[in-house]
Amino acid sequence: MFYREAGQFKTSYAADQAVFPILQDRFFIALWLAIGFVLVPLVSTEYLFRAIFIPFLIMSLAALGLNLLVGYCGQLSLGTGGFMAVGAYAAYNLCVRIPGLNPLVAFLLAGGVTTVVGIVFGIPSLRIRGYYLAVATLAAQFFLDWVFSRVAWFTNNAPSGSVTAPPITLFGLTFESPVRKYLLCLAILVLFAVAAKNIVRGRMGRVWMATRDMDLAAEIIGIRPMYAKLSAFAVSSFFIGVAGALWAFVHLGSWEPLAFDINRSFSILFMVIIGGLGSILGSLLGAAFITLLPLLLNQLPQWAGIAISTAMISHLESMIFGALIVFFLVVEPLGLARLWHIGKEKLRLWPFPY
Amino acid sequence: MEKIFSPKSLVLGVAAAGALLAAAQAFAQANEQFVPALVYRSGPYAPNGVPFANGFSDYLTLVNERDGGINGVKIVSEECETGYSTDRGVECYERLKGKGPTGAAAFSPLSTGITYALTEKAPVDKIPLITMGYGRSESVDGSVFPWNFPLLGTYWTAADVIIQYIGQMNGGLDKLKGKKIALVYHDSPYGKEPIPLLNERAKRHGFELLTIPVTHPGVEQKAAWLQVRQNRPDYVLLWGWGVMNSTAIKEAVAVNYPRDHMIGVWWAGAEPDVLPAGEDAKGYNSIALQHSAGQIAVHADILKNVYDKGKGAGKREEVGHVLYNRGMLNAMLTVESIRTAQGKYGKKPMTGEQVRWGIENLNLDQNRIRQLGFAGMLQPLKVSCNDHEGVRHARIHQWDGAKWKFVSDWIEGDNTLLRPMVDEAARKYAKEKNITPGCLKG
Repeated sequence: MFYREAGQFKTSYAADQAVFPILQDRFFIALWLAIGFVLVPLVSTEYLFRAIFIPFLIMSLAALGLNLLVGYCGQLSLGTGGFMAVGAYAAYNLCVRIPGLNPLVAFLLAGGVTTVVGIVFGIPSLRIRGYYLAVATLAAQFFLDWVFSRVAWFTNNAPSGSVTAPPITLFGLTFESPVRKYLLCLAILVLFAVAAKNIVRGRMGRVWMATRDMDLAAEIIGIRPMYAKLSAFAVSSFFIGVAGALWAFVHLGSWEPLAFDINRSFSILFMVIIGGLGSILGSLLGAAFITLLPLLLNQLPQWAGIAISTAMISHLESMIFGALIVFFLVVEPLGLARLWHIGKEKLRLWPFPY
Repeated sequence: MEKIFSPKSLVLGVAAAGALLAAAQAFAQANEQFVPALVYRSGPYAPNGVPFANGFSDYLTLVNERDGGINGVKIVSEECETGYSTDRGVECYERLKGKGPTGAAAFSPLSTGITYALTEKAPVDKIPLITMGYGRSESVDGSVFPWNFPLLGTYWTAADVIIQYIGQMNGGLDKLKGKKIALVYHDSPYGKEPIPLLNERAKRHGFELLTIPVTHPGVEQKAAWLQVRQNRPDYVLLWGWGVMNSTAIKEAVAVNYPRDHMIGVWWAGAEPDVLPAGEDAKGYNSIALQHSAGQIAVHADILKNVYDKGKGAGKREEVGHVLYNRGMLNAMLTVESIRTAQGKYGKKPMTGEQVRWGIENLNLDQNRIRQLGFAGMLQPLKVSCNDHEGVRHARIHQWDGAKWKFVSDWIEGDNTLLRPMVDEAARKYAKEKNITPGCLKG
């Protein structure tokens, strides 16, 4: 009933090919955008902005980037943390070495640098796939970690290897307050999500999906595997690089290579798998699940007024979190996005299912 | 599936969580001082994090139980588990900073990475950071870092004292010429922090410095100790943490490196570091920045007022361990800073801004230290805007197989060497961040 598209006639090709062909979807998206841009800034506290929304938005962007590579093109990557580090350190070096550079431009250029690095580390994907590619990208992760903690030039010779981001100023506005930082991240995420949605609907996305589903068949029908795979690495790395720059500049403010270690790679890969491979919505859902659930679990006993020791809470957090990951993968291996799809199908028929 | 994810139960769940949140926030009461504690009781660093957290918590309980709070203002504390990870630490900081009637008094981040991240946030929120013996070494300069207080020495001070001690053992610092000193360090900002100072000392005295990094968390160090075996340095400085320390001692045994030529930083000189290595750890040295192992007057009070009432955070027999004492010292300095602030602003809960004034004007003389029950552990300290360290004295202690005992007298960090480095690094930071150096008033 809620999702019944009966009566919505498409009278032009443009309407038929719209991103959201169903009226209800457009309504929901508009509602979410209104909530994100208007309601949340009005009602949220500083804690919610800084500890919940900003990390969630940035991680969504990173998960989105990885999803393009893993979910749409089928190339498994464990180097996400390393690529985020490339974005972060590239933005830092650009800002430090080119005085007066607009940080937004620095973020985009950092994305560009990450694209180049991503293509270089994507080259092995031309010859190997699956687990072997995972190992090759794992090497990228360790190599990049090593570079940033060893080569002093990248950290501007900081004695401790920890660097501090300069303040973000755009068009005369300083992005110091949590609300502004939040809006900046949200605006970037929305722009990138729209771009991603259109990329995967277009020629490039189809090329990727064909490669993912069967690369030999794709090659036979005329898709160049080199173009398909490297373009996926390039676009995905661009997203991840921008996310890394945001994570460093907006969220942490000051960071060391440990902030982008192998655990970061794993957690973003988990976001993509739990959220749903090959789904834009899934990236957001997965990021919410992985970043927010541990915090929720950690604070739940206190809200409920149960006195448990700090150590016990953190052990429980790991156990319940792990159990929930397994649970969700068992009940719906295709991810949270798939659950939403099932829900949508049910809402179409409700209240008269047959 | 729809049974598990019925929308109704979801709505109810969210509503219930919201109600609980509201109830929790209504608990805040008037005459209380909130003191947050960032701890790590789980993860690879837990063996060291737990005693520290216990010492911190027990001292606060002692002040509440024995004195009824600070001038009648009860202390409420809440722990938040950071697991030594920077993003979790930032989340904990955001979670705790606004609690209590006046917000958090001061944060002790207990991790160099978290300290670096919070250094950006503290001036905005006006909450001081007490980074006792760790954090940014250049934050000694209070005109550039008004909110950071590396009380009782920094890593640079610690490294300086260790080199002076090695000099003493060899009959003078000039005798270090041509010697080889290796730094085996945890590969993080924490481990890299002493390198500039050691380079400076190496230049001055003509010894050779080898820097050997060990990857976090440090359970795999074969390669590092192979380098030690090849180069045979005269001394090994260990800048390790958690499981890395006991592993390092075992590896030293494996390559037959004499333990009495190893000197750890204060994070690498507690019972959890040497006990797992057993008999092999005998002779291993470490620096003690003021804190010492064993019990003094204040411990008797803790046992009587906290443990006898069943309110202790840890095990009774661990009271007086090295890191327990360190945590206790950290809590004491926080409490005394609040007390100092109350002297100026009145006997009520203090805001972070007022506590900052209290730390900057903290002055503990011999007499006061005796009153507090810390005689024998602490040297008199006086903090000022120019000197956020307060005191630069430290001793070296050695593990004799059963307990720590001191092998050196008090050694003072050489300020003629430290200060120019602090000034230069602070100036560089101020320039990068567009800060005009200046002391804060009030």
